Amino acid sequence: MSSHLVYALVGGLLFSIGTYGLIVRPHMIHKIISTNFMGSGVFLVLIGLGNRTPSGVPDPVPQAMVLTGIVVTVALTALSLAIAKRYFSLTGRGDISEHREERVG
Amino acid sequence: MRDRLPGSQLIPLVTGAGLFALVTRAILSLPGESAGLSVRVTETAAENGISNVVTAVLLDFRGYDTLLEIAVLMLVTVAVFSLRETTMSPTPLSERPGPVLGALTRTVIPVMLLVAGHFVWIGSSRPGGAFQAGAVIGAAGILLALSGYSRPKWVGPRAISWVLSIGLLVFVGVAVYPVLLGEELLQYPAESRKALILVIEALLTLSIGASLVSLFIASASPRVQGDRE
Repeated sequence: MSSHLVYALVGGLLFSIGTYGLIVRPHMIHKIISTNFMGSGVFLVLIGLGNRTPSGVPDPVPQAMVLTGIVVTVALTALSLAIAKRYFSLTGRGDISEHREERVG
Repeated sequence: MRDRLPGSQLIPLVTGAGLFALVTRAILSLPGESAGLSVRVTETAAENGISNVVTAVLLDFRGYDTLLEIAVLMLVTVAVFSLRETTMSPTPLSERPGPVLGALTRTVIPVMLLVAGHFVWIGSSRPGGAFQAGAVIGAAGILLALSGYSRPKWVGPRAISWVLSIGLLVFVGVAVYPVLLGEELLQYPAESRKALILVIEALLTLSIGASLVSLFIASASPRVQGDRE
């Protein structure tokens, strides 16, 4: 198996783990980390598959897209963390599970 | 504790595994070798005088992506500012550092700024560019904030807003100017293409660095007065 396939498949695995975590984990920080997992998975797939050129020189277009994507992911993470922090300071909870009130009440 | 619904674990597990299977199938179905756009990009980039192909893609061929990306970064900075709970007073985030951290900071910061400038300058021919340089400037600013430095009194909020937005403003200006002359959006004039890209990169570096530092400072907890009862 060539190395670009390993990168791409690991990227797919990271994306799936991120999706699972995003659904299962009720805590906001876990959800934010999960979306970062998903993003990193997408980047690995793009970088891995951009390396299939016959010349051996990686395709610059996926690289540029990943570079753009990293900045957007950083921005998304910063905004999510700011919202999570605000939510925590208003409610005292980091958990956004729907069953929370029933459990407390 | 409330009992978990039956299937509440199963459905996400199946979703995750199913996604992995689909992605794997898609990846394996691709041809083993594909030149993609690399040949065309390399040829065209060399004609335009930008020999670093990634920079050429970012600012020349797909400049629209980069433009919108800076817009996203600015929007997020504004959003995080509006969510913050403290005022942007020039109070340091932490105590004055000890001798080791202080000496390290004073030594490292000028080097970081030099590295950032180097990244901008070589960005057109070798690995480097506005985002890498902006990240280094951002790291330098965060290091300063964590070692107890704050912005000088003469740097007001207005100056910060200008530094934050100048990259986007100039980029939009350069992008829209050809449209006024009846050409395409982001169509750089051929003779000044390289100089324009360098100017945009330099200003973008400032804005990216400033917004990374602002994101960090705006979302950081104030040192003492932040304790809730």
